[in-house]
Amino acid sequence: MVKPNPFSAMFGRSPFQPLLAHIGKANECADQLLPFFEASLAGDWEEAAKIRETITELEHEADRLKTELRLNLPNTMFLPVSRTDLLDLITVQDKIANKVRDITGIMLGRRMQVPAELAQPMRDYMQTAVACVAQARQALEELQDLLESGFGRHASDVMLNMIRELHILEQQADNQQISIRRLLFDLEDRLKPVDVVFLYKIIDWVGELSDRAERVGSRLQILTAR
Amino acid sequence: MSIIAQHGEIFIILACLFGFFMAWGVGANDVANAMGTSVGSKAITIRQAIVIAVIFEFLGAWLAGGEVTATIRGGIVDPVLLQANPELLVYGMLSALLAAALWLLIASAKGWPVSTTHSIVGAIVGFGAVGLGMEAVAWNRVGTIASSWVVSPLLAGAISFLLFKSVQHLIFEAKDPFAAAKRTVPFYIFLVGFIVSMVTLTKGLTHVGLDFTFGQSFMLSVLLGIGIMGIGIVMENRVKHERRSGDQFGYGSVERVFGVLMIFTACAMAFAHGSNDVANAVGPLAAVISVVRSDGVIDTAALVPWWVLILGGGGIVAGLVTYGHKVIATVGTGITELTPSRGFAATLAAATTVVLASGTGLPISTTHTLVGAVLGVGLARGMAALNLRVIGTIVMSWLITLPAGAGLAIMFFFMFKGIFG
Repeated sequence: MVKPNPFSAMFGRSPFQPLLAHIGKANECADQLLPFFEASLAGDWEEAAKIRETITELEHEADRLKTELRLNLPNTMFLPVSRTDLLDLITVQDKIANKVRDITGIMLGRRMQVPAELAQPMRDYMQTAVACVAQARQALEELQDLLESGFGRHASDVMLNMIRELHILEQQADNQQISIRRLLFDLEDRLKPVDVVFLYKIIDWVGELSDRAERVGSRLQILTAR
Repeated sequence: MSIIAQHGEIFIILACLFGFFMAWGVGANDVANAMGTSVGSKAITIRQAIVIAVIFEFLGAWLAGGEVTATIRGGIVDPVLLQANPELLVYGMLSALLAAALWLLIASAKGWPVSTTHSIVGAIVGFGAVGLGMEAVAWNRVGTIASSWVVSPLLAGAISFLLFKSVQHLIFEAKDPFAAAKRTVPFYIFLVGFIVSMVTLTKGLTHVGLDFTFGQSFMLSVLLGIGIMGIGIVMENRVKHERRSGDQFGYGSVERVFGVLMIFTACAMAFAHGSNDVANAVGPLAAVISVVRSDGVIDTAALVPWWVLILGGGGIVAGLVTYGHKVIATVGTGITELTPSRGFAATLAAATTVVLASGTGLPISTTHTLVGAVLGVGLARGMAALNLRVIGTIVMSWLITLPAGAGLAIMFFFMFKGIFG
């Protein structure tokens, strides 16, 4: 005979748990990028396919969390942040996992191997992009303290600092991109033209990965600013 | 008058039965909301909540329940108009009790969010307006009561907003939140003790043989507040600062300090609930008893017999022990988002509002007041997610409960009239 009463019905499920879980999945996804890259360099396509499988799975899980969050956000829900900002944030977050899947998909499909001269700069470049994603996740995890303190000044300062660091990382990735492009330009004549086109594309997409991580940071700033 | 003399014993027995049943319903359902915030924030266990509720509901009913009882008993339907036919008042009060209790039983079986207060007020207004005539109802008083139903959630919301803002400012914004919490929480504990005892004392404890002037009440409240604060400090010192990983500000420890405070606000809440809601069961009972005892002479000034409030308190305790603990468990486990700092702000605000209403003799809904208080914390950006649909269901419950209670009461009124003549 014990029924849900209006009082306990008032406490909605927090949308911040799925939000944090989602960026966690996106981060795990990005973490697979370097192992995948190493496998492709070694020409171990079996291993690469296996890693790509994991990435697809993680991406699906992220999608599931995204849908769950969107469905659990009725108009009647009263949140300490704006609903639209929250929905924007999850959309931007979701694009991280998608980009990782795109990069690995095209590399696996075309069996792309980065020329030996580019291997180390490319590795560093990817590392920076992955670090960007990790930084975005850390900044997002500050949301926990921010909520706990009712959006207090200290917790928001910590978050802003993290977003600033994220910005610096992204700039670093931009600089690395410029130098890799320059290196690739010098190698162009030796390589197959189609390969070159797709190499540029991969370089572009890795750049987009860090770009999207940064955008999560700025969305987060919008979400918590008020 | 002969009817009263003839059936006097039966009337009293019936009134006691219905009143006890009603109090049982309050204890079985309503108390869960009052204690749910404390259980949900994990500040106290369910077992502790029941012990606190048993003691403080009873104390609240006994020490501070008199004013609301007087309102229910003689403030809504003007008993002076019934001088000629006192038995009508007896029928009316009996049918109001039966109607409200029955309506509560139906509603809680269906899971509808109804308030005990609204059912009994609706029932009394119903039998008054239809059974006795429109002029028998003190519409001014009813208007005041109805507006207090709107004002009480708003007031509780405003208080909880300010309380939580003060917590943010004094504790969460501090350099060392844990030290700030240890410094500040004793003052909040003082506030809890002071407010509750101040309202109770100024309103008067003449019925237990204590009579204080305002100055005496004030001094005594300060002393009580300090005493409770002392107990709180001792308990607080047992809370050690532990840092979990990933909790760089130490908010986890801060919440455990607030957990100590929550124990006191839970007591205050139970006291407040007892002082206001016991009257719903006891008020009509008192009316019947005073008419029968005085052989049909309606005396509005007659004191409520002391055992009536105890019967009401006992009924609440019985409801709590037999059934209410299950509801507390359900409500408590449902509220996981409420941390002790939020729970404290909401509970203290609600308790303060309810105790104030009890002091002025206004029957209000504890649950709705608590809802208002939680929304106040939400407005201060303290809650992760609140479902505002609950406001709609509350308004709906007003619209449904008042006519339903009134209709049932009218039905029973004519039934009693038919049976006893």
